[in-house]
Amino acid sequence: MLLFETIPMIKRAYFRSKYLPYILILPQILITLTFFYWPALQGLVHALFRSDPFGQNSKFIWFENFAALFRDPLYLKSVGITFLFSICTAVLAISCGLFLATMANRALKGKSAIRTMLIWPYAVAPAISGILWLFLLHPSFGIVAIFIKKTLGINWNPILNGSDAMIMVVLASAWKEISYNFVFFIAGMQSIPKSLTEAAAIDGASPMRRFFSITLPLLSPTLFFLTVMNIIYSFFETFGVIHTVTQGGPGGSTNILVYKVYQDGFVGLDLGSSSAQSVVLMTLIIIITVLQFKYVEKKVQYTG
Amino acid sequence: MKISKRFIFATLFIFVLFEMTVLAAPVEIHWWHAMRSARGKVADTMIKAFNDSQSEYKVIGAFKGNYDETLNAGIAAFRAKKQPHILQVFEVGTQTMMLSGAIYPVHQLMKDTNNNVNWDNYLQAVLSYYMDADGNLASMPFNSSTPVMYYNVDLFKKAGMGRLSKDTPVTWDEMGKITGKLVESGVEGGLVTAWQSWTQIENYSAIHNQLFASKANGYEGLGTELVINNPLVLNHIKRLKSWMKNKRFFYGGQKYQGPKAEFIAQNAGIYIDSISGIAKLKKAVKDFTWDVAPLPVEKFMKEPQNSIIGGASLWVFKKHKKKEYKGVAAFLRFLATNEMQEYWHKETGYFPITLNAYKSLSNKGYYKANPLQEVGIKQLNRRIPTTISRGLRLGYFVQIRNIINEELEQVWNDSKSAEQALEDAVYRSNVKLRAFENTYN
Repeated sequence: MLLFETIPMIKRAYFRSKYLPYILILPQILITLTFFYWPALQGLVHALFRSDPFGQNSKFIWFENFAALFRDPLYLKSVGITFLFSICTAVLAISCGLFLATMANRALKGKSAIRTMLIWPYAVAPAISGILWLFLLHPSFGIVAIFIKKTLGINWNPILNGSDAMIMVVLASAWKEISYNFVFFIAGMQSIPKSLTEAAAIDGASPMRRFFSITLPLLSPTLFFLTVMNIIYSFFETFGVIHTVTQGGPGGSTNILVYKVYQDGFVGLDLGSSSAQSVVLMTLIIIITVLQFKYVEKKVQYTG
Repeated sequence: MKISKRFIFATLFIFVLFEMTVLAAPVEIHWWHAMRSARGKVADTMIKAFNDSQSEYKVIGAFKGNYDETLNAGIAAFRAKKQPHILQVFEVGTQTMMLSGAIYPVHQLMKDTNNNVNWDNYLQAVLSYYMDADGNLASMPFNSSTPVMYYNVDLFKKAGMGRLSKDTPVTWDEMGKITGKLVESGVEGGLVTAWQSWTQIENYSAIHNQLFASKANGYEGLGTELVINNPLVLNHIKRLKSWMKNKRFFYGGQKYQGPKAEFIAQNAGIYIDSISGIAKLKKAVKDFTWDVAPLPVEKFMKEPQNSIIGGASLWVFKKHKKKEYKGVAAFLRFLATNEMQEYWHKETGYFPITLNAYKSLSNKGYYKANPLQEVGIKQLNRRIPTTISRGLRLGYFVQIRNIINEELEQVWNDSKSAEQALEDAVYRSNVKLRAFENTYN
């Protein structure tokens, strides 16, 4: 993202043979075709069939699986929950990441130690992150939960209360992603010339003003990239968090789309519906990403 | 997309596995199971005992993950024509397996291999869960349990109550009083339950000889519909809800971890869960005495029916060689011997599946020393199962349990009335049942 902007001129290399470059990228293409395109295509095909798990009776039913999905009010509710969850997770993860990066960038002592520590959570798998937060916030054995209940007197119960559960999965999902965002933000900040901020400081701009008028606009490519990545992350990779923390409950209030795909397909063995759901999910992500590139990217300044 | 990737992985894995083993000498029987850690070791010991007992066959066991993962591995393998001989499948997958067209029913297998099995010697409430409508056994029961009621004897004493009977169940009316006394004596909560659909609706219905779904709970046809919006179940759910007001009942989560934690922390005096929880509680509870009692029943039910089982059974896949099937039959019979069943029961807490094994344990005084274990067997065996209490045979049962969980949670958190929730559960489940029916027609 950031590398090519700083390279002053572009070197070009040519291959003698016309075919050599294609042969060189062949392994990569084969892997991509086998492990990404082929399963995706399979998903598309399955979505048009009604079939039993053992594949003994398969019937081509056009778009009946999709129609059934959109007739189901709970599926639409799940779409809504997914958007709420993704937006909350992305906003929380990005703002915390940005805040921490700004602070770490200003740190005078132990800069590298602080940075390393802040990157650690990214190495934790989402499922483990879920478990850790569950240990903190579970109403019967969570340490923080007991504090919230006993000291603050708040009736905290994510097992029964849908919004409490949502808060818990958003925290667990965002926590992990903060580190990822932090790394990119801090890299972005280091590429901002010191002279700019210093000049602004001499002109009497406050730290806040400097941040909003200089740092943030110059970080906009990073911010844009991270928004796309965070949304994709919260759509797909948060599966582990949901699976370990709430299993989509209570009352389906944290049942995000990707978890429903798993529930219906892998656990419930309804391959047709599950494939249709993953196609919908894929389409949603494509639309969101295209929209972001079309409208948001225009406001991004790639050159400093 | 996720699923397809797993398919590929499973397929590749099976390829490797089979290429390696195809040249070995004795006839190999592959058994894929879901028995983890301690239970897995017990299964391995049983396999070893079989392999040592004869030289013609060699059983190779493979742990394939939890129940979902094992079933999916089996499906992927069958689709790739590399299926194992025996696959362990949990009880809710029974209908899917029966209709799969991929299995060799156990009763047929035993007949074809000239094994004369006296099925009357088996625990009928266990067998009936895996039988078709004509009473033919489709799969071999392996690990079976049933829900019972655990209670904290110390908290009972503090509230001025003694131990409960291990034979005669208390009534739900008495439960109301018991939980009331517990709460009054200063215990944080009365009753929690694990697996609410299984314990409070499926088993509650069976014990009171109340249909869970039409067409004999689905045994008599795919056109079955849920009927849990009946007055009996509705009344039960309403009662539990009314107990929530002063925490005589409270909700601890869908599975067992949450409710068990509440019981261990003494936040709840009573805890309903599978009988196979005995071992776990023995390990976890150090600071209070607890005991086991049968599940409560309604006052009008003078002769309560059997409870129903949970657990898994062993399915035999089609398209293997005849001599291999002889080995499969021999292995299944070996597992049902007294020696194996007694060992299995003692080590895991799951039921012995034959009456012989049960009697033999009884004669050896095992239940005098371990009275807790017997509560479940007695509750399961107290009546001959009726066409209503023999089990449930529903397609998309996993989804249906999820639906019931979701709807009940909305009752517990005041989003819905009990009437509305049960109506919605029935409606949503019937949509699933129709989709399932359409798949096979």
